Parts: sequence; structure tokens; C-alpha cells
Amino acid sequence: MLKIDARKKLAEFEWRGRLEIRPGLTALFGQSGAGKTSLVNMVAGLLTPDEGEIAIGGTCVFSSRKDVNLSPERRPVGVVFQDGRLFPHLSVGGNLRYGRPRGSRSAPTLEEVIELLELEALLGRRPMSLSGGEQQRVAIGRALLTAPDVLLLDEPLSGLDGERRGEVLGFLERLKRDSDRIIVYVTHRMEEVVRLADRLVLIDRGEVRSSGGLQDLLGRPELQAVIGQRTAGALLRCRIEQIDDGDGLSRLSCSGHTILLPRLDLKSGSEGVPPAPRAGRPRSQDADIVLQVRAGDVSLSLEPPRRSSVLNVMEGTVERVVQEDGALADVVVNVGQTLWARVTRRSVRELGLSPGVAVYATIKAASLYSAD
Amino acid sequence: MTPVWEIAALSLKVSLWAVACSLPVGIACAWVLARCRFPGKILLDGLVHLPLVTPPVVVGYLLLIVLGRNGWLGRLFHDWFGVTFTFTWKGAAVAAAVMAFPLMVRAIRLGIESVDRRLEEAARTLGATPARALFTVTLPLAAPGLLSGALLAFARCLGEFGATITFVSNVPGQTRTLPLAIYTLLQTPEGETAAAWLAGVSLALAIAALAASELAARAVRRRLN
Repeated sequence: MLKIDARKKLAEFEWRGRLEIRPGLTALFGQSGAGKTSLVNMVAGLLTPDEGEIAIGGTCVFSSRKDVNLSPERRPVGVVFQDGRLFPHLSVGGNLRYGRPRGSRSAPTLEEVIELLELEALLGRRPMSLSGGEQQRVAIGRALLTAPDVLLLDEPLSGLDGERRGEVLGFLERLKRDSDRIIVYVTHRMEEVVRLADRLVLIDRGEVRSSGGLQDLLGRPELQAVIGQRTAGALLRCRIEQIDDGDGLSRLSCSGHTILLPRLDLKSGSEGVPPAPRAGRPRSQDADIVLQVRAGDVSLSLEPPRRSSVLNVMEGTVERVVQEDGALADVVVNVGQTLWARVTRRSVRELGLSPGVAVYATIKAASLYSAD
Repeated sequence: MTPVWEIAALSLKVSLWAVACSLPVGIACAWVLARCRFPGKILLDGLVHLPLVTPPVVVGYLLLIVLGRNGWLGRLFHDWFGVTFTFTWKGAAVAAAVMAFPLMVRAIRLGIESVDRRLEEAARTLGATPARALFTVTLPLAAPGLLSGALLAFARCLGEFGATITFVSNVPGQTRTLPLAIYTLLQTPEGETAAAWLAGVSLALAIAALAASELAARAVRRRLN
């Protein structure tokens, strides 16, 4: 368990978050400038909090009360930075061998890490000659070889283009499946959260706004200010029924409803490619895939649409309506799972949407397959 | 008059020892100035730069007071280590080192400042102590600065005149380096031809040092990229 309860005056605001992070992959999500990197630096020992306490497992690494402040090299923490930070004067092999194991767990061997991240062919090369994706793989391997109890990944994919991102994502997925360590993954991209995270912590201006399971948090309209209007939306757990129905569509079932979307990419062995842009693999056995449905992509009607281009129609009941000051409102619909639609307040008024009303939620198949 | 090659050899010996002995101190000073923040830093900065703005004769005079036979530090060196600076080539090396020190520190400091501190942070998170991060990341990456600092200082040492003649006088075979020998020859009748020869040797040494520095810098850059 990683426990953080710290205050630190930063340039724009004061960090005063308090959180506990369990083993598994926890995504730290927030807009840029929310204080995510400051948190990473405080845990790693690169930034000293003004007061508070940080503990990893049973070890206190910082405490203003007990006057403890372990230096970075004495904390069981590994960091993968946004920009890789490989040493340019050392080869890939030299970079990998630089670290010193210091966590409580036994260190993986160099061979294991090379195999996990497929680094064999890169060993003799200089960091400058590597692609961004390769650099981040080396950076991940370098951190893993120090056998950290806590692995901090600070937006490791932000400098990469779509394809490279997919490549590294695949390795991260494999890494997290193979270990029970605490992994903190900082990001502001919802697709990475959906793909990787077991749990989610929402950070806003130095505060923890909410933390918990992914499906629970993503279904709550109140948190959309933190998540971002365009990316917010609920998570659906689905079974895969058919990969290709002949029209290039995959058919999923979700709490008794059928969902169609452009063909999932489930090529065997190519873990680097996500099945769909905002899809991930579920953490339990009761589903094959989790799919994020952005609230803005869902529309509501009182009757089933006829002769419409929309392929996905789900019948459900309105659970609650969250009105806002502006023109928009958020409607939480129970379709067996929680779905969340972002509609205008005029529609809420004209359709009489209120808790208990039966509605049809429609989602364009194409919208389920577009990236952030 | 001493043969030309002996004068050149003495100059090289004095300069090499001056650079070799002041380099560790120069690196330490440069690192402190580049990476540390403390009250009084400006004083250290000023002290390091003092020989650059002080008349060399004054520096030589101060050295005489401190390191001369009756100076407190000079006596200490004499009694404890049996080292005498007055009228010896060791004294000439000290004078050269002191005069070249600001140039050396400036170049090394620039080299260290050009190293991305975030790489040092990365080294720390990988388990490196500050000392290990310094020796395995900062200094190797600052190598071009170290190199140019050492060579600038070397060239400056070869040309040192004022502080040397004030501190350790003009003793043939001990402290009469190239510039002092040229000066002496110009004071003697019919010494001009020999002086021209020595001037040529000085020029050749300077050009050789420049070329060596360029070649070394290229090699280092190739290693870093």
C-alpha cells in the first residue's frame, strides 16, 4: 500500500491530496497542470512536501512530524518519466544495467526484462538512435530492473504517436498482468485509463476529487469537470458474440442488449493493438471487453427510432438527471449497467426526462470506434 | 643560453603540472557554482574570478606573501612536505595554475550547466547516490566542457608571465619558461634572433594545443551522439 498525505505549496496552487493506493494499476487522471507530476515527484523523493507523510508498505519515506525524508536512491520507487530520460552517453545495455535493486521484492534478471520488453536487438544501440516507443520500452525496463515496490509512470506515452503508443501500451498491459506491485500511471488520456487501469484517482488542482473503481467513477456526471467534457462517459462491460458479422461489424452483448461497432482488432499475438480505441480488457471473468461510451455520443428518445442509421438502441430507465447552469444536462440511464447521456436542457424539458421514465438510448456504431 | 628544447620542455612541464593539479579543484568549484545554492556563493564566484581582473604582478606579489619562504602557507609546505616554491619550477606551476584558474572554472561550469539536471534526477531514482550520479552522469556528459576548460587553462599557463616573474623570479632551468626566456633575450644585445625562434616555438605549441583540443572535442562529441 502506498499512502500519501502531504501538503506542498506549488506555483499555482497548494497540493493537499490524501490517498491510498493498492497493488495493481491505478491511473492518476487529471487535466494538465492538475498536480499529477508533482505527486509523482513527491513519492519519488525529487520534491519535498512542506508537511505530511508518505509511506510505502510499512516504510515511512517522508514524514515532517518524525523528520524523515529518504533520498530518492533509498526509496523503493521506480520512475518512468514522460521524456524517457535515458542516458545519452550509455548504450541501451548500459542504461538497463545502471540501476541498483533496492525494493523488498527480488529483482528480475536482465534476461527476463529483455525478453518481456523485446529489447534484445536494441542492446548495443545509443538512445539517440531509438524511436520514441523504443526509448520508453528501455526506460520501463531500466526502472523494472531496480525491483521497485512502487512503479511510477508519468505520462509515459504522451510523446508518442498513435502507433508507437499502441506498441508500448501492449507491453504495459503485459507488465501489469505479470506483477502484483503498485503501479501508478499518470495520464490525461481516457483511452489509456480504459485500457490499463484497475482503479482511478481523479486529481484536480492539487486535490483528490474522487477515487475508486473505473466503472463506478466513469458513470458519475458530477466528475466530468475533472475528466473533461469531451472525454467523459460511462464504461460498459460486454461479451463478444461475433468478431465479424459479414459487414465488418463486431457484435457484442451487454446486459441483454446488442452492441454493434466496427470490427474489433483482436489479432492473435499482437497485444500492441487495442481491440478498439477506447476499449480495454476487463479485470474479471464476467466480461470479455470494457468499452467506454462518451456521454456526448449517446442520444435519448421516448420511442424506439425507426428507419434510422443508428445501429445501437438500448432500452432503459432514467436514473437521475443532473442539471447544470448552461444549455446542457446529464442524464444517467440504467440499461442494466449505467449509461450516461449528455443532452440539452431543452430536450430534458420537452421529453419530460425524470427518474423512472423509460427511454431508448441510441449510440452510433461509428462513434464507439473513434479515439480521444 | 639554455637550448631551445630545454626551455620548451620546462614550459610544458610547468603547464602540465599546473593543469593536472588544479583540475580536480576546478571541477569541484565549477560544480559548486553550477549546481549548489548557498549564501555567500557570490563571494566564491568573485574569488574564483579574481585572477582574471587583478594585475598579474599583484597576484604574484600575493603569492609571494602567502607561499614565499616566510609566508604562513609556504612555511607549512616546507616544514611538512619539504616542498619549496620560491625560485623553483613548482612555484612557477602554482603561479600559472592560479592565473589560469578562472578560465578553467568558467569552461567547466558551462559544461556542467549544459547537462540536463533531469538526467541526474533519473539517476537518483535508479538508486545512484549524488556522488555516483556526478561521476557516472554529470561529468561524462560535461566532458566537452571539461576538455575545453583543461586546454584553455593549459594554453593560458604556457603564456603566463607577470605572476611568475614576480613570485619565483627568472631562474634559468627552474622558472625561465618560454615567455620569460623571450623577455630575457629581448633585454640582451643580439638576442633577437633567438627570441624569434622561441616565439616561433610558442606559436607552434599554441597551435598544437588548439588542434589537439579540436580533435579531442570531436571524439567526445562522436561518443555522446
